[in-house]
Amino acid sequence: MKRRDLLKGAGAMTLGAGLLPLLKTNAFAATSDTAVVLIGNTINSLDIHRPGTNRPSYQVAVNCYDRLVSFGLKTLPNGAQVYDYDNVIGEMAESWSFNADRTEITFKLRADATFWDGKPVTAADVKWSFDRALALGGFPKVQMAAGGFKRPEQFVVIDDKTFQIKLDQPSKLSLPNLGVPVAVIINSAVASANATTADPWATEYLHKNPAGSGAFKVSRWQAGQQLVYERNDNWACGPKPALRRVIIREVPSQATRRALIERADAQLSFSIPNKDAKELSANDKVKVVGTPIDNTLHVVCMNQIFEPFTDANVRKAVAYAIPYAQIFEQAAYGMGAKMWGASSAKPTEPVWPQPFPYDTNLDKAREMLAQSGYADGFDVQLAFNLGVADWAEPTALLIQEGLGKIGINVTLNKVPGANWRTIALVEKKLPFLLENFGGWLNTPDYYFYWAYIEGNLFNASNYDKAEMAKLINDTLFMEKSNPQYKPNVLRMIELAFEDLPRIPLYQPTLESAMSPVLGGYTSWYHRQLDVRALKMG
Amino acid sequence: MDRVLVVFKRLLQAMPTVFGIVVITFLLTRALPGDPAVFFAGPAATPESIAEIRTELGLDQPLPVQFGRYLNDLSRGELGASMTTGQPVIQELVTRLPASLELTLVALVLSLCIALPLGVLAATKQDSWIDQLCRFVVTAGVSLPTFFTGLLLVYIFYYLLGWAPPPLGRLDILYLSPPHVTGFYLIDALIDGDLEVFWSSLKQLALPAITLALFTLAPLARMTRAAMLQSLGSDYVRTARACGLTYPKVLRTYALRNAMLPVITTLGMVFSFSLGANVLVEKVFSWPGIGSFAIEALIASDYAAVQGFVLAMALLFVLLNLCVDLIYTLVDPRVKIDG
Repeated sequence: MKRRDLLKGAGAMTLGAGLLPLLKTNAFAATSDTAVVLIGNTINSLDIHRPGTNRPSYQVAVNCYDRLVSFGLKTLPNGAQVYDYDNVIGEMAESWSFNADRTEITFKLRADATFWDGKPVTAADVKWSFDRALALGGFPKVQMAAGGFKRPEQFVVIDDKTFQIKLDQPSKLSLPNLGVPVAVIINSAVASANATTADPWATEYLHKNPAGSGAFKVSRWQAGQQLVYERNDNWACGPKPALRRVIIREVPSQATRRALIERADAQLSFSIPNKDAKELSANDKVKVVGTPIDNTLHVVCMNQIFEPFTDANVRKAVAYAIPYAQIFEQAAYGMGAKMWGASSAKPTEPVWPQPFPYDTNLDKAREMLAQSGYADGFDVQLAFNLGVADWAEPTALLIQEGLGKIGINVTLNKVPGANWRTIALVEKKLPFLLENFGGWLNTPDYYFYWAYIEGNLFNASNYDKAEMAKLINDTLFMEKSNPQYKPNVLRMIELAFEDLPRIPLYQPTLESAMSPVLGGYTSWYHRQLDVRALKMG
Repeated sequence: MDRVLVVFKRLLQAMPTVFGIVVITFLLTRALPGDPAVFFAGPAATPESIAEIRTELGLDQPLPVQFGRYLNDLSRGELGASMTTGQPVIQELVTRLPASLELTLVALVLSLCIALPLGVLAATKQDSWIDQLCRFVVTAGVSLPTFFTGLLLVYIFYYLLGWAPPPLGRLDILYLSPPHVTGFYLIDALIDGDLEVFWSSLKQLALPAITLALFTLAPLARMTRAAMLQSLGSDYVRTARACGLTYPKVLRTYALRNAMLPVITTLGMVFSFSLGANVLVEKVFSWPGIGSFAIEALIASDYAAVQGFVLAMALLFVLLNLCVDLIYTLVDPRVKIDG
């Protein structure tokens, strides 16, 4: 009998020992100059130019490096602070000037700006960095090209503090494109010292060791776990950040992130689902900030090389059958801007995005379908990316239900995130899909360039119209003040209304939850966290 | 001496298996839908930029050439770099495998401490309350998904009561990881003599380990009970009793010892599947383990990472099976393993 008692006791003791550590914990108390930020993804590189660097890593470029220019800030009616696309301000550049025909931009660099190691920032560093963005190819090269920067010869060092860019043609996108995350200025001396003949651009070194002049340095990076920013007290390109240290923790589980922010163990949960944003806004211990994302739309694409969608009446029937309001309530939780129900098919303002002249009207939808070659309806697969299932899945289900009412039998095709880009955007072989492109540069023609020209990546609908392509190419570089700009954009929008390769559902928002004491949170077009302006209390 | 030879022979025998696994994972990763070049070309990719990335990754080469390169790298001990985390795969394995192993081992020890007594008691007192309790625990353990148990524990002990530390991985934000020796924070902290870090990592371990223990408890308790029932009903136990040996002596020496073999087999199996299955626990507790790494790599068609992971797991299983077989010979001298 004794043996059994012993066994029993041992079991109970082990259980007790397991629970014991739970009894004594003191909650993590942040000091006023340290903030803990939660993100759901992995930062996989500290070098934005390196092939394979993922989106969440762009925040390192934002916080650790400077660009020639940046954007001013403005406050939305709801009190949220956002960047202001129309107000380009100097970051590393103190001033700049255009020549008469606007094909040369000359920048004067800040005299007092130094890299972290104390070396002054020179025009040669800027040229080296821009050359690198082109040389490494991939996304940085594509993004540089959007501003008209295609060849290294275009970047000219005039003297130590004067840098010039020569353009093939004047473009309204050139200056703002120098403020995007890829246009960073790297310490070329440090990088060159760590370059090898096989790796002349020091991708291996800069991948793990940023060498910049920005407001924050990286003091610790454990991919898959955390990244710790430490303030650079000598930052010359802006007001000294209020926070001394920012700890970015990767927490994959959404439920865990929510528990942490509600328990105030973290100060900011960056980019949360709308459902959580809605529920957390009722909690007065957490502040939720949401802002519409510029030049971004959640849309339904109808691929025009597939049979039923070649018929314009079918596309209109679909546009009248989509339950927009329900989608907005149940998939977006009422957050965002509505993109349906415009009163006129003739746009009057050259703004984008703007509501399309369609609303849920089943009679009209049936009428349109009756006029098409598919009066009895048809079967079609609606595809969506499982990586964005939080909005796409409820949206797809509601569209399935809505189209079912007019005799279009929709089945759902859930595509895993890894396959999505290949199938939907590169091969463009999905007939009917949900898509969510957003343009970094906030002009209508920039959106149209990526989404409405045959062959361009985000034109998943294979939309091909010579008039549209010509309009876009004519307008893309044109200044907004050009008298031709407004009529061109209006015509583009009118064509988009009429031809319907993409039906917008709503303009999404970026929601973040934070501690009420955290201030200075700013929403950017690049949807990355800018920790430079954050402050506590 | 004999045993050493056996171990050596067994390892030699495992070579073809491991090579087969290398070939199969190579082919399987290539057969995955999705194109890593597209995935890694970034948001605004053009056909040219995708082609550039493809060349960069060496994916424009024919499969045999890619395989040759892979073997060549392997022979030099290079597993390539993971595109998803941007780190060399070998480094990921070195830091993440101990994290998963530490969690799994602690959970298994915990689970054994409960399952063995519970199973033995349930078998000796059939249909008593303790047998019913055993049944309940087993059913609950198997039927509750680990992420659910994990979230429930987080909700109660962290969110509501505030007893548990924030579920933020292996250490509290305030502490730095101990110097790397074994990769097991509990051991490394003790080697370093830093009790504070030891305590912190133990606290972080508690909830995920309990979650995993609840899950692994079921098969172990069930198997202990069944094996004990069988050996208690056997002739040798009856003989032992008839000889007048005390009940504890009969239970320990004759019944339990004979019942251990199936339990050890189950333990080996539970250990191997929980290493893979704790990915959901890792996600809930932000545990930087091998499971979540593998899942992320799979989603991104990250060839090097998936291959490295499968290879590491294969080697681990070979070693594990060997250990289980060796333990057999210790428990039961009649068992012989063939070289």
